[in-house]
Amino acid sequence: MTVTAEDLRGQVERFLAAHDTTDRMEFLRARFDAGLAWVHFPEGLGGQGAPRALQPGVDAAFAAAGAPDNDPRRNVIGLGMAAPTILAFGTPEQKQRYLRPLWTGEEVWCQLFSEPGAGSDLAALATRAVRDGDDWIVTGQKVWTSGAHHAQWAILVTRTDPDVPKHQGMTYFLCDMTAPGVEVRPLRQITGEAEFNEVFLTEVRIPDSLRIGAVGEGWKVAQTTLMNERVAIGGSAVPREGGLIGLVAKTWRERPELRTPELRDRLVQHWVESEALRLAGSRLRQQLTAGAPGPEGSAMKVAFSELNQQLTGLEIELLGEEGLGYDDWTFRRSEVVDFTSREPGYRYLRAKGNSIEGGTSEVLRNIIAERVLGLPSEPRVDKDVAWKDLPR
Amino acid sequence: MTSTELPTPDLLYSEVEEDLRSSVRDLLTDRAAPAALLARVETAEPYDLKLWKTLAADLGAAGLMVPEELGGHGATAREAAVVLEELGRSVAPVPFLGSAVLATTALLGADSADPVIGELLPRLAGGELTGALAVPLTTAPGAEFPATVTVNADGTLSGRVGTVVDASVAELLVVPATGPDGPGLYAVEAASATVTELVSLDLTRRVADVVLENAPARRFTSGGQAVAALDNALTTAAGLLASEQTGLTDWALTTTVTYLKGRYQFGRPVGGFQSLKHRLANLYTDLVNARATARYAADALAGGFDVPIAVAVAQARAAPIAVHAVEEAIQLHGGIGMTWEHPAHLYLKRAKSDELAFGTPGRHRARLADLVDLPA
Repeated sequence: MTVTAEDLRGQVERFLAAHDTTDRMEFLRARFDAGLAWVHFPEGLGGQGAPRALQPGVDAAFAAAGAPDNDPRRNVIGLGMAAPTILAFGTPEQKQRYLRPLWTGEEVWCQLFSEPGAGSDLAALATRAVRDGDDWIVTGQKVWTSGAHHAQWAILVTRTDPDVPKHQGMTYFLCDMTAPGVEVRPLRQITGEAEFNEVFLTEVRIPDSLRIGAVGEGWKVAQTTLMNERVAIGGSAVPREGGLIGLVAKTWRERPELRTPELRDRLVQHWVESEALRLAGSRLRQQLTAGAPGPEGSAMKVAFSELNQQLTGLEIELLGEEGLGYDDWTFRRSEVVDFTSREPGYRYLRAKGNSIEGGTSEVLRNIIAERVLGLPSEPRVDKDVAWKDLPR
Repeated sequence: MTSTELPTPDLLYSEVEEDLRSSVRDLLTDRAAPAALLARVETAEPYDLKLWKTLAADLGAAGLMVPEELGGHGATAREAAVVLEELGRSVAPVPFLGSAVLATTALLGADSADPVIGELLPRLAGGELTGALAVPLTTAPGAEFPATVTVNADGTLSGRVGTVVDASVAELLVVPATGPDGPGLYAVEAASATVTELVSLDLTRRVADVVLENAPARRFTSGGQAVAALDNALTTAAGLLASEQTGLTDWALTTTVTYLKGRYQFGRPVGGFQSLKHRLANLYTDLVNARATARYAADALAGGFDVPIAVAVAQARAAPIAVHAVEEAIQLHGGIGMTWEHPAHLYLKRAKSDELAFGTPGRHRARLADLVDLPA
């Protein structure tokens, strides 16, 4: 029997009537146990096997009642990437142990994937995991790890067999970020702050019970994580002028002295592009709801990155002399990316990351070309070569 | 400003629309293959009026936006948009835009009790009669009511209108004219006008000069209603044209992808080279954008909400995308793309003339800037 939106509305109402919100964490744990955390997950794991499309309605109902939320922005990687991967490949024990504190935000997650020598070519990674009885000994260096400084757990991909081609010799683990040998160092970025880190793993001991999927199947598991990463980027419905265009349009309206005909042409152009992308996003969500997800997601990420970069550049120019200033270069460890409450200089600089994070625009264009349009892939020189024999 | 609550648009294609699309596509695949189009464009019959009859009457495309009580199918702009998408994909030489969109919506803006409407609209909707709206194709929504045709004392019309789309095959001309009583819309038999087809940039959709000399005419609406009816016709056409532009873009992308998969150079399909793949990925991104704005414009026109903004956004976005997509198709086809025998030029000519039709993208951006309060 399928759960309907109607059923869920009733459940949320009854839940709100039965639970008081004074203890935030108790409330969130109870919401998870009632199957109202992520309704498309199975019973006992925070859900009830309902259609995924019903989740926004549930979240909106809790938000409308002013109930505490699980601060999803703080645990984007846990919710968007670790959870679906654990759900798909974890053992029953792993699912029981990790999903609830992940959803409530008691345990925040990060993602130990990229390495100095393996960014877009993730399967080239070199972090070694060597079997030692019931444990694995892991040594290597990861990089661009967002939020590692406040994460308790990580999803980790390692090299377990260097003698086979690169895609075959990887194994996927959960890694305790407080384990001995895990060292997190901030990477200061062009905005002056440190959202992300490099993570050094020196003989970190990981019990085999934290392995996700079979030995050597790490690439397959990682694909699930990466696919979910791109779904997560799709985001939620926004009103017209809901994105960065709204900030620039507001300045335009309030500051007539800054206007020039050339800037106006560009602003209107970007307004049109913003509205088109907003509509494309609505269309994509309607396809998902109708059960026919389209492949437009990658295209939209490419377009959003470019638009954000052009628009934030325009904003600085529009401000003239004020555009020469910056709000704050103080080194700090940020919790979340916040485009709207900072100054234009921050937006301009941070937007440079949009076309790199979560798959570079170049990699996404390859994905569109090969998986959506069905064009042939570039010849692969590394496909049948043992990882240890690859040039690096 | 623009944050007033709007209804949630439906940006997908319904099952009925998909069925309509496949009927239209099947017909066009059979009857408007590129080689046949190329053979036709230089003959004395550049339009395919037999195909038009089938599309308009047998498939009911001419009467989609006309209510059932006036002889139509009581569908909406959404369905008409799907037909235009397919017509864009095939550049079939039929007067759908001039007759089923422009002339028909101009008549729909009048009082349906008027005897002229009662007589002409069912015939237009049934595909028995082909119409054209006597305004230059470049006329944008929001333009002043034209003053090029004058109503004479005896009620006949005199004047000249240039670049009227589809006029050379129309039997009925819908003519905006100004007389002592102000603006009005008039029905004129094409036989009583001089219609001279121009050498058009667009080989599959022609424009013509219309000269009226004391032409007998029947007025079917006047004053503010006439002005509104004309503007509604232009707005509807501009909004629906975005669907044709989406069809052109889709053709350009699909055709180029197919070609690049089969064209070998340097020992492999050129579609495997990253520099070309990225250009095609960009075209796909453009197509996603164009389609979203076109669907929104069609849904807004059908539902009667947010129409001016939806149409301006759609024209500002979809028009240049279509031109760019076909330009890319020609470049990526290499030498063959530059030849007369390859149909790409028919699409380029259509895309470029569509970009001028009902206001250029720049003009729509200027209009949009006013609508959403981005003052100069």
